Amino acid sequence: MASEFRLPALGADMDEGTIVQWNVAPGSVVKRGDVVAVVETDKGAIDVEIFQDGVIREIVVQPGTKVPVGAVLALLESDEAPSASAGPVKTADASPPPSPVIEPAATGARVKVSPAARKRASELGIDVATLQGSGPGGVITLEDVERSPRPSRAKADETVEPKAGDGMREAIAAAMSRSKREIPHYYLSTTVDVTPATDWLAAHNAAAPVAERLLFAALLVKAIALTCVEMPGFSGFYRDGRFEASPAVHVGVAVAMRGGGLVAPAIMETAGKSLTSLMDDFRALVMRARAGRLRASELAAPTIILTSLGESSVDAVFPIIQPPQVAIVGAGEIVTRPWVVDGAVQPRQVVTLSLGADHRVTDGRLGAQFLARVAQRLADAGSL
Amino acid sequence: MNREQLAARVLELVTGIAPDVDPASVIPGIDFRDQFDFDSMDTLNFAIALHRELGVEVPETDYAQLASVDKCVAYLVEHGG
Repeated sequence: MASEFRLPALGADMDEGTIVQWNVAPGSVVKRGDVVAVVETDKGAIDVEIFQDGVIREIVVQPGTKVPVGAVLALLESDEAPSASAGPVKTADASPPPSPVIEPAATGARVKVSPAARKRASELGIDVATLQGSGPGGVITLEDVERSPRPSRAKADETVEPKAGDGMREAIAAAMSRSKREIPHYYLSTTVDVTPATDWLAAHNAAAPVAERLLFAALLVKAIALTCVEMPGFSGFYRDGRFEASPAVHVGVAVAMRGGGLVAPAIMETAGKSLTSLMDDFRALVMRARAGRLRASELAAPTIILTSLGESSVDAVFPIIQPPQVAIVGAGEIVTRPWVVDGAVQPRQVVTLSLGADHRVTDGRLGAQFLARVAQRLADAGSL
Repeated sequence: MNREQLAARVLELVTGIAPDVDPASVIPGIDFRDQFDFDSMDTLNFAIALHRELGVEVPETDYAQLASVDKCVAYLVEHGG
């Protein structure tokens, strides 16, 4: 039967994208999970996967065309019905897809641009489609932009203020405004003595080859994932007036962009991964997020997010939920503090964990148990 | 490698793991963290790159000595990079 391949929503804050490249042509045989197109969005260039097996019959939207979420991109022949469950997440307030808005094709099929390079190119008035990428996998880097000839209207030494119309900033504003408008948040925090975990980590990293070293954040991600399996009320989506716990836990990690802004792609199937494999995925994910090469499924998948502000930051963060999720965990900097252990004051490594959660789904008491369970798991890091 | 060549190689490795950083803008005497928000993940990736490309295995306890191009060159000179 004929089937439509539509532009998926990539979370709550994306409503359009520009097709920059097709990896398939009419006649191509595709399998569920294949990356069939590259779409430029506010979050960088995104690899978009298809969610059913079949044969591509027709490419409907040509490269260079900007279309809204839900627009039909291609037609395919398929024996199976499109899978809704594993497919990209539809936003709660998604209205029926409007008919595609066809804009003039301004660019050729330029594929990969790092967010910082895109921003700089836009400041300088350079069309990234005219550049050759020298970065990994042909990514256009900031250096490529800086090296390229400047259009005559931009002076080389001109200082340019960041543009108010910066797409990622707008996307963050839209998602966070919706979150604050719709989600009755409650916030909890607890300061945890993580000395056993940091000791374990230091010993592990001293013994492991450099490529197998772990970050504290990886322990935290795993502890959160396991706790979500145990307490499903914090991992899932609130849509159409009700909460649905997600059968699989995909912990999203907030990744800060160097030029400002952030994205929170998921480490897929987090709970079942070993720490080493989780860490490999985590490292690759951060690199690809900053190079502007995420997959659509990674952006749409998170069932809960960790925002870890890391070293030289702050004690605590009061995190805002990314709809349609219902919880987000925050971690401040690990600091050495005087701490009472067995009746005596000792210097210990402590971190303040926080939880922002949706009162439509859970209450503070359950939230407190959630944080306590995460802390307990961290205390026994060796068994993560 | 002399110091100049080492510095060039270090810069190459830094921008290799952080392609969104402009090599021309990197100031050798200033910590990466203060210049472009180098975080613990970047530092780990940098240590992995140093090991892979230069064969130098930097223990985690020495990460602070890799904080800038200058510091990194000094470290590599001392540890045979």
